[in-house]
Amino acid sequence: MIAQFFQIVDLGIKSLLVQKMRAGLAALGIFIGTSTVIWLVAMGEGVSYRAQQQILELGARNVIVRTKEPNAGSDEEANSRVKAYGLLRADFRRIVENIPNISRAIPMRELKFELRLDDRTADTKLVGCTEDYLELNRLEIARGRWLSTRDRGEKVIVLANDTAKRLFPYENPIGRTIWVGSEFYTVIGQTKDRTASAAIGGSLDSRDYNLDAYIPIKTLRQRVGDLVMKRVGGGQGWNFVGEDVELSQITVEVEDIEDVDETAQIIETLLKKYHEKEDYAVVVPRELLRQAERTRTMFNVLLVVIAGISLLVGGIGIMNIMLATVTERTREIGVRRALGATRSDIIGQFLIETVVLTASGGLAGVLFGLSVGPIFRFAKKMVTTFSPDSLPPIVHELEPRIALWSVLLSLGISLGVGVLFGVYPARKAAYLDPIEALRHE
Amino acid sequence: MIRAQQSDQPKAEQFAFRVQDLRRTYFMKGETVHALRGVTFDVLVGEYIAIMGPSGSGKSTLLNVLGCLDRPTSGSYLLAGDDVAKINDYQLSRIRGRRIGFVFQSYNLLQQLNVLENIKVPLQYQGLIGKDANAKCRELAELVGLGSRIYHRPTELSGGQQQRVAIARSLVNDPYFILADEATGNLDSKTTDEVLELFESLNASGKTIVMITHEDEVAARAKRVIRLRDGVIESDERNEK
Ligand SMILES: Nc1ncnc2c1ncn2[C@@H]1O[C@H](COP(=O)(O)OP(=O)(O)OP(=O)(O)O)[C@@H](O)[C@H]1O
Ligand SMILES: [Mg+2]
Repeated sequence: MIAQFFQIVDLGIKSLLVQKMRAGLAALGIFIGTSTVIWLVAMGEGVSYRAQQQILELGARNVIVRTKEPNAGSDEEANSRVKAYGLLRADFRRIVENIPNISRAIPMRELKFELRLDDRTADTKLVGCTEDYLELNRLEIARGRWLSTRDRGEKVIVLANDTAKRLFPYENPIGRTIWVGSEFYTVIGQTKDRTASAAIGGSLDSRDYNLDAYIPIKTLRQRVGDLVMKRVGGGQGWNFVGEDVELSQITVEVEDIEDVDETAQIIETLLKKYHEKEDYAVVVPRELLRQAERTRTMFNVLLVVIAGISLLVGGIGIMNIMLATVTERTREIGVRRALGATRSDIIGQFLIETVVLTASGGLAGVLFGLSVGPIFRFAKKMVTTFSPDSLPPIVHELEPRIALWSVLLSLGISLGVGVLFGVYPARKAAYLDPIEALRHE
Repeated sequence: MIRAQQSDQPKAEQFAFRVQDLRRTYFMKGETVHALRGVTFDVLVGEYIAIMGPSGSGKSTLLNVLGCLDRPTSGSYLLAGDDVAKINDYQLSRIRGRRIGFVFQSYNLLQQLNVLENIKVPLQYQGLIGKDANAKCRELAELVGLGSRIYHRPTELSGGQQQRVAIARSLVNDPYFILADEATGNLDSKTTDEVLELFESLNASGKTIVMITHEDEVAARAKRVIRLRDGVIESDERNEK
């Protein structure tokens, strides 16, 4: 039985090799179909994996409340020199006092700030935070130490990796003093390099931690204050616009992951009571995760549909070729029938030939699909060498992840296409009249 | 020439096949063609028969029925005791594969296979691909004088050589009889002679052969000659040796 099966497969291969070019072109459709599925799914999985990682970094048990610049309301407001908005220290107190089931709440204020040392400057994001901030954002200390409770109100600063490199390209920054505005701060630590995390709070950029500088939030409040003047270019000279923001973000950690959604609701209700404008946003990383999961599923469904269509087209090509083959080999069919082949023998022969054709296309497609990683990396490298800035960062960071299901699915579909589109030509061959078939051509 | 002996009745197992009042009518658009109009004859095991007759007399039609490629419109065709005139396509296929060897005018070898594989084809459909299959096919190739060419493709062989491969193929299933439709029609006199010698030696070893031919010299080499005309047997004679 098995020997016989291999005999038929062998015959199928031999018959296909008679018309190599034609068989190759017919299989090309299937090849493109399968490799496209694997490639696209791998890209999609890569994107969603990154998104997931970034969201997870925000903490699945966290509810993040961020200050958001409200949409310009009345004219009077738009024209006013100082805009006061966002989360208040009172909000923080209210959350801590009223929300049950939270293990901690961490306030944070961040603003763009220029640090100086002699003639070197660094445009940083100055972050006023508490001691929890390090662990919360999974930052790590490279040298020196992190902020501690003793530092509250002190003029000490921890520099992120790139910030430190800009101000101290050659020397060890620990123990040195730098200018923060018009005051000297002592550098007590430096954090390790950290990749960006997911975008939250309506801003599209992901959070880059490498140009940060951290000081105790109390120090920030006392020495820098809430009001920040921004220079706005226009007309003659400079215009200054002030922004009065107390807190940029409050991160609330919930004790039980199951309570996250409910807690977020309560916080939202609470804030609504005290804020007239929508100058805050409540972000639930867990919800983001679910959204990402939904997007991913939708994307995959879409891909499978596209794959189905492309393989269908490939299958029609295959059927076309097989019908031509049957017509061309009418004589052979007659001879085989005369030599004892039953109708099912003929059906088997042509069906297996079709399946061999699609399966080889499918297999080649899978092999090509599996090489998505190296090929994609190579392509990225080529593009970057010739025009360094042409790729958007998302493409740079993208690492394709091959999904096993996509490999199995595309192989399965290509086999299925072979059977599905092979049946009609095979039956046509089997039901030829042997005498007429022998007389053919 | 003498009339074929019909006197002392042979036993059932001595018949290769028997046909009785065989008719085959083709129905075309508004036209009926009576290709066979009542053909009756018996063939014993070991006979070597030439069927002759003018073009359109029904020779091929008869051979197709005998080869189980076609069913008669009426009449009976007894093959080893079975009436095969009324059986279905599957059973006909099995009989063709097991009991009948075909040799065609245009050789009909499969182009994508080599000599050995071509000889092997009928075995595949009987599920007889065993260890000895290759040895048997090789033996047959040697029998027809092509032992040194077993890996050649049909296109690399002369017409006579191709026809010898076809004969080897017709023998591989140990058929009850061999049917040849103008097997030498495409060959020159020298290769015709080779093929006929092969037939004669096969017949000498007991094979039953029925062949169609147009040429008297070819028919003269057979032991018995049946002449058809307009779908009926005109004469049925034994050649004197
Ligand atoms: N499929 C068919 N449909 C209709 N008529 C047919 C068919 N096959 C054969 N015939 C007719 O049956 C008759 C006998 O044909 P057949 O092929 O048996 O002749 P033949 O003796 O083999 O002739 P030749 O020596 O030319 O091969 C012819 O009149 C032919 O036209
Ligand atoms: Mg004929």
